[in-house]
Amino acid sequence: MTVRHDCRTAFAETLTALAAEDPRVVAVVNDSVGSSNLKQFRAQFPERLINVGIAEQNMVGVASGLANAGLLPFVCGASCFLTGRALEQIKADLAYSERDVKLCGMSSGMAYGELGPTHHSIEDLAWTRAIAGMTVIVPADPMETAHAVRLAAAKPGPFFIRLSRLPVPAIHDAGYAFAIGRAAELRPGTDVTLIANGVLVHRALEAADLLARDGIRAAVVNMPTVRPIDREAIVTAAERGPIVTIEEHTVVGGLGSAVAEVVVETRPVRMKMLGVPGVFAPTGSAEFLLEHFGLTAEGIAAAARTLLLRD
Amino acid sequence: MLNARREPAAAIAGRARSIRRNSLRMVHAAGLGHPGGDLSCADILATLYFHVLRVDPGAPTHPDRDRFILSKGHASAALYATLAEAGFLAADSLDDFMKPLSALNGHPNRVKVPGVEANTGPLGHGLPIAVGAALGARLQRAPWRTFVLTGDGELQEGSNWEAAMAASQFRLEQLTVIVDRNGLQQGAGTEETVALEPLVDRWRSFGFEVVEVDGHDIGALVSVFGRLPLGPARPTCIIARTQKGRGVSFIQDRADWHHRVPTTAELNDAIMELEDPS
Repeated sequence: MTVRHDCRTAFAETLTALAAEDPRVVAVVNDSVGSSNLKQFRAQFPERLINVGIAEQNMVGVASGLANAGLLPFVCGASCFLTGRALEQIKADLAYSERDVKLCGMSSGMAYGELGPTHHSIEDLAWTRAIAGMTVIVPADPMETAHAVRLAAAKPGPFFIRLSRLPVPAIHDAGYAFAIGRAAELRPGTDVTLIANGVLVHRALEAADLLARDGIRAAVVNMPTVRPIDREAIVTAAERGPIVTIEEHTVVGGLGSAVAEVVVETRPVRMKMLGVPGVFAPTGSAEFLLEHFGLTAEGIAAAARTLLLRD
Repeated sequence: MLNARREPAAAIAGRARSIRRNSLRMVHAAGLGHPGGDLSCADILATLYFHVLRVDPGAPTHPDRDRFILSKGHASAALYATLAEAGFLAADSLDDFMKPLSALNGHPNRVKVPGVEANTGPLGHGLPIAVGAALGARLQRAPWRTFVLTGDGELQEGSNWEAAMAASQFRLEQLTVIVDRNGLQQGAGTEETVALEPLVDRWRSFGFEVVEVDGHDIGALVSVFGRLPLGPARPTCIIARTQKGRGVSFIQDRADWHHRVPTTAELNDAIMELEDPS
């Protein structure tokens, strides 16, 4: 049994280490100390953990002001409320204002499962990547999460880092070097390319194993940066054949759309966009919902086979 | 350490007349703008920039500057005219107001305009940003102060009250909110739209020290700002009683001048009313 990790642990450890190194680092939360896993941060830096209460618009505005004062805020809250409730503040106070603020959306996608669509965050990539100047990152495992937090701290400008509470296996080995805006080919292939990010990357790798049993050589590309998108990696994929995109997000405006925008302008190939097909999810656990929408190794492999049959 | 320009009240009044004249010229030339709101806050802006704020037009991003955030970003003409008056902008740059590709957008952009602290425009954004700035100053044990000027109609935005609660929770003594209480919003009076009164009680109940002042009495404004911080350990709210369109007889207190543009004849009449006394 593969060991699985909650990426919030790597997130919180990295942020706490950063705070020890850089006195400008502060965390801003909407009463989300526990769900953002920041109790250790608070214990070490009580003054630098700013809890604005249940008030997301104010939270993002306050972060913009803290940046104005010369601090480096990491804003941590449930992704559904952070992005949806405060979208205008994200646009005007952070992106348009070119503020050095890092948004960390917790429990994104359908991680809150049974709590329902109010608590699902399957539109956050579409919303944030539509805004000029934003960098949008969806880490796939603990190491990529730690890299994303450190790179965000080092690079000026507003970031949205989309995190999950769903346990995932480690994808990357110790030598992995994550670069913003660069995809990573995790597995070579010649027939079809599976492009995924976040909690679904390991499922894409499993799907490639299933396809290999049928003699289908599927490449697997991990695409953590949704904006700016890695155009080169997408063109490379399109040149070898059809593309399946896999995301824990609505297929309207997310990773699949970002890939398709490049494909249609460069090397049009047939695509299948797996994700939530433009509906609100029914009741069910996160695991159930991923299966319900075909976001499993079997579902991904089936989509690839169908795509190749039609090709 | 930066110092405020401590101009006397009579000189500040002259600055305010110049800000009013230039605001109206800019709106007339652009064919767009919000002259009513520009004129209602001109005396407050002149008092801040020529008596209160510790800022340096030669070093607009000096880390120890006082922060001033114009939450009512639609009063951009008044802000630009003030920044030009104070030396942050060249006077002739005001001719570019809202022209194609101009830095002087209809709402202020801090990236393009020296002296602007926040890209406001959507209402209810300035106070949360000011709370963050004031908190940031305190966390760094920095001496500078934060001021934010809001409209009154914009207090209908709930984000202001989220920020007000936080300001009081965080005991932001060096935060001062100034409400440009002209009583009018875009289409009608605030009280007939969604009432703000009892406004003093509301701010007080949110944990602010509240003081009311005639927002066109420069001597009174100077006196109130001179008493800051009113604390202890509490933020301040100055409710400045103002008139929209103040200073021009046919614009004053008229809701339809929220974003009406003066004709050339109206501009000339207005400028005559705003001339310095000889």
